[in-house]
Order: sequence, then structure tokens, then C-alpha cells
Amino acid sequence: MIGANNHDLFVGIDVGASRTKAAVLDAGKNLLGHAVLRSGTDFERTASAVLEEALAMAGMPGRDGFQCVSTGYGRRNVPFRGDTRTEIGCHAKGCYHEFPEAVTIIDIGGQDNKVIKLDDRGRRLNFKMNRKCAAGTGAFLEEMAMRLGIPLEEMDGLARASEHAEELGSYCTVFSGTEVLEKIRRGIAVPDLVKGIFLSVVKRVLEMDSLSERVVMTGGVVAHNLYLVDMVQEITGREVLVPKHPQLTGAVGAALFAMEINANTSGRGNR
Amino acid sequence: MPTLYEQREDDHPMSNEPPKKSIAAGKVCKKIMADHFYELDEAARTGSRKIAWCTSVGPAELLRGMGFLVYYPENHGAMLGATRMATELIPYANAMGYSPDICSYLTSDVGSFLQGKTPLTKAYNIESVPRPDVLVFNTNQCRDVQDWFAWYARHFGVPLVGVHTHRDIGLIRMYQIKDIAQQIEDLVPQLEAVTGEPFDMDRFKEAVELSRRTSVLWRACLESAGAVPSPWTFFDATIHMGPAVVARGTAEGVSYYEDHLLPELEQRIKDGVAAVEGERHRLYWEGMPIWGKLRPLAEQFASLKTCVVASTYCNSWIFDQLDPADPFESMARAYTELFIARDEAYKEKYIAQCYELFKFDGIVFHDAKTCPNNSNNRYGMPERLGRALGVPTLTINGDLCDLRCYSEEQAKTNIEAFIEQLEE
Repeated sequence: MIGANNHDLFVGIDVGASRTKAAVLDAGKNLLGHAVLRSGTDFERTASAVLEEALAMAGMPGRDGFQCVSTGYGRRNVPFRGDTRTEIGCHAKGCYHEFPEAVTIIDIGGQDNKVIKLDDRGRRLNFKMNRKCAAGTGAFLEEMAMRLGIPLEEMDGLARASEHAEELGSYCTVFSGTEVLEKIRRGIAVPDLVKGIFLSVVKRVLEMDSLSERVVMTGGVVAHNLYLVDMVQEITGREVLVPKHPQLTGAVGAALFAMEINANTSGRGNR
Repeated sequence: MPTLYEQREDDHPMSNEPPKKSIAAGKVCKKIMADHFYELDEAARTGSRKIAWCTSVGPAELLRGMGFLVYYPENHGAMLGATRMATELIPYANAMGYSPDICSYLTSDVGSFLQGKTPLTKAYNIESVPRPDVLVFNTNQCRDVQDWFAWYARHFGVPLVGVHTHRDIGLIRMYQIKDIAQQIEDLVPQLEAVTGEPFDMDRFKEAVELSRRTSVLWRACLESAGAVPSPWTFFDATIHMGPAVVARGTAEGVSYYEDHLLPELEQRIKDGVAAVEGERHRLYWEGMPIWGKLRPLAEQFASLKTCVVASTYCNSWIFDQLDPADPFESMARAYTELFIARDEAYKEKYIAQCYELFKFDGIVFHDAKTCPNNSNNRYGMPERLGRALGVPTLTINGDLCDLRCYSEEQAKTNIEAFIEQLEE
């Protein structure tokens, strides 16, 4: 399967810092199957497992004839890959597939954020990733949820229930945690704290770059906390687009790259 | 802004390159650097010569002209970075009250001294850095050099003298040149007090002339990267700039570039030898090197068929204005014209000129956590230059020495994504 051509099935595997995602496309670019698993500590095994789940969903369990591109931090740990692309390239590709126009992509992932600008032909104009700091990433939300003793999946509902965001002043995740503790001590309502935490995420992302075109938001954090999208719309006064499967954007983009490689009989080889 | 001249062979960024790509002049370069340290060590142990510690961008010519052996602490800082000793040593200076946010040359060097550890030991079997008789700084790069030297001046109880350069200079005015020339001249009696010998103008002029010739040759070497494909890379240049820093003002420095490096680079151009096989992209590096990661970065760029052809950093040791006919004023001009001391408009124009010369496809800005003066991405320059030149830019977060400030995986992904973008 690796490096072979003339396939009719295309797989994208996105091994992210937090979750590993798989997308299976047919030659018509239809999403036949997909899956998400925690990345864990054994990327190879996780990649295989997430592939199996996605293939099963596509009704082709165990199939081994396909072209695969992997992406994400663990992209070189995917044993069945034919090639790799960066997550920046794959998010751009995945977004443009769904929204073929000039856009600014905001991707909020488990450990990093990206702002990617595309022109109306889907070419990248520039991109920025967050610096070393975890502020504004999924890791920040996880840390705050832990401090508050709230399951992560309840954060979105709590933020929506608040009418007043209790703002955090600090940039740093650790200092923000201290701020949260201080606010708990003062008896601030938990929904207001959560809304303030969401606001912090949005601010960190918006300060990364200017928004020049229509905005698309992607990533696992967005997928599970759609209230962040509402907040970005409210703050920027812009309509924000969200793909049907925001967490799969990178994997879909990788599968689309696999399709391109298949079409251009000479892939670039493993990287 | 020193240079790295004594990496171990296995640390050399290009050590994995095919033999035909290694620069033969490197052997001579290594010998010059080794002799530089042996000479200093011998003088420190025997007291045979006076030793001046000097900032890397001057005023070395005056010191050479007055008979000092010159030692460059910034160079030692770069060695600490390149050998990856720095990250472990920085905390010792932090604990003494020197913030982790200030120059990591300073903190790693002071930490190194406090711990009695130096890369000179492994490289040359030299126990410690040479004890100074005087410390001479120039703030044309930053204020940190002054604070750095002040620590040693207090420790050794030796004089600290220096030049305070104007900053954020647009058009250079005569009053600025006169001021700096006077400051340099004012050093003379203070240095005579250390040497115990009268100032010799002819000897000084000779040092200025040798330094000028070194500069001219060094420029020619750097400009050879304008050839397509480029005969060498920025990573090569960070090694081969050693003599331009430490042997400036000596006949050995001139000879290195005139008789060895430049002819070799010119031959490569004639033969069509590419430093990066199959060169597809050409980039400009703006900011400090990440000393501890030269090799992996060089390898990554090479694997992406990308040659980093030029840098502001390596260009910073070109002092064209030096003129033995007017040594003080020409030194003042040379050390004031420096990129790092100039305003944003000048810097942008400078890089635009480099764009014409080196024909690069993009610019990599290194945002060095502890070196704000040499991190030119912080006031919107990438955006402005990107628009003006029509080339994409990338900013990498890191540091010159403190690898705690560097996320290698993130940097690698950013570089790979940047090259993908160039290929679209």
C-alpha cells in the first residue's frame, strides 16, 4: 500500500498531542469513516487503532489497500503512512475543501494554536503558531477544569449559562490557576469563572494575528466547546464558519493530500 | 555577537554532509582559533602579555594596536551554547540575581566561571578563561555587555572602560561620529596605564588596516552566497567567521580569507558546487543563531533542499569604514554603522538590499528570548518586510544559548510548514 498508486481509498491520520484522528475518504472526497482516540504514549498503536475504527465505520474493516498521509506531532510514528505533511498544511487543505474561499483559520488544539491565512485559491499566505506557552490551548482548559473540579465536557454548558465573564488577568496558565483559586475563595459563581476562562482562550488566540478574511474555526477544543465560536463572533463582529467535523480537519486534509499524491504518481517519499 | 570557532568535529553542523561539501579551509580556521586560545592561555599563566577582554564588535583594533592580546567573552558564550553547556550553567548566574530574561551569553558565561567549567578544557585542554588585565566594552550591541564585564571587573579588581554608542540611529550625524571617536581616543590613557607603554600611532594604524582588509575579504566570502546555487550556508558561515572576530587586526586573519576561504568559495562557484544538493529554496536568517541547535537545523534545511544563504548576524562583522588614514574617526563610523545600532527604517532597507543580492525566497526571524536587541521581529518588521519584498516570513521562538526557551518540535514543524508553503 505504501507508495503505490491508483488507489480509491484515502486515509489521513492526524496524531496530535492530545488526540489522534483518522479520516477515510473515497475518490469522490466523501468522508466514509472517521475516528478519534486519545494519543496516549504509544503513537504507533494508537494510529493503527484509530485507522481500524475509521475503516470499520467505512464498512471496510481490515482493508489494507489505501494511500495514507499522516500529520500532527506524531506524524512520523504512523507505520502505514505513505508520506507526511505538517498539521498546518493539512488544516489549510481540510478547510479549503469545505470552504473554498479566502479564509483565516483559527485552529485550537490540545497543545497548540494556529492561525493560518489562505488566499482564494487555497494557498497559504502565512501562518502563526502559539509560542511555547500553553495559554489559549486545550491544555489550558484542561488545567482550569481540573482546578475547578469540573468534567471537561461540562465546561461549554457552564460558560453558556453565565451572563458575566469573570475575566482572568494573567497570561500564564499557572498564574491563571492561582487567580481562579482566589476567585473561588471570593465566592465567584462557577459559570462566570468558566466563561472568563473561555474568554481568556479567545483573547490569546485573537492576539496571535489579525483577521483579514472570513474566519473558520477548527480543532478538538472548538469541536467540544462551540461556545468559543459564539464568543469569537461576538468579539470580532464577524461570522465564523465551522466545518462539519472541526476536530477532523487535519485528518481530512491529510487524506486529501494522499489523494493528490496518488494522482501525481510520484509522491515525495517518506519524510 | 561572537562567533563559534571551536566546535568539536561531531558538533559541526555539516559533519554529516558528504566529504565534497566540507570546506577544506576549515582546518586552517581551526588552527587559527586554537592558536588564539593557546596564546591567551600562555600569556595568562606567565604574564608575558597584557590581556584585554573586549566586546566582539570593537574596539579591538585599538587594543591590538596597543599590544594587548584580546579575548572575546561573547565568543565563549557562543561556545557554551554550541556545546550545550549553557543551559546547565545559566541557573548559577540566575541564583546570583542575574535574571533568566537577560542575555544568556552573560548568564551562561558567569555561570560557567562560577562553576569553573569551560568548553576550552575539552577543546584545548585549557583550564579556564584567561584572566583579564582590563575589560573594554562597546554598547553598540546592548547594555548587557557592560553589566557582564562589570561582574568580572568586580571579581578580578581590574579596570572597566568602554564606549557608549548611540542607538536607534537613522541617518548617522557627524556629532555622533565625533562623540564616539572621542570616546575611543579617551580610552588611550586608561589603557596606557594598564600596559605601561606609550601609545604607538603607527602600530594602531597597522591594526586598523589589517582589520579593514579582513572585513573586505569577509564581505566577499559572504557575498559569494549570492551565487545560485550557493557555495555555502549561513551555518557554515557561523563557523568560518571565527577569524573575522578573533583575528581581526592580524595578518593571520587576512591570510585566512585571502588565501584559503575565499578562493575555495570562488572555486565552488566556478564548479557549480552547491552547499545544499539540489538547492530549491533560499532563505535569509534574521537574528541570532541558536547555537546549541546548529547541526539539526542545518540538517533539516538541507533535507528540505533549502539553503539559508545569508544572515544579518554574519554580516555584522563587516567594518568597511575602517581607514588607517583616520583611525579613530573611521573606527567610530564602522562601529556606529552597525545594523544592531540602527533604527527600523534602516534595518528594513538593509534587508531589502540583501534581498537584491542574495535572491532569497523567504526570511526566518529568530525571536531570541534573552536577546531583544537582536530579535527584529518584535515591532512588526516581518509583516512590513513581507509586504515590501513580497516574500513570506517565519518567526521561530528560541534563544542563542538557553535551550529551555526553545521547543525543537515546534520549530521543526514551523520550518517544514514554511517550506511546504514555499512549494505551493
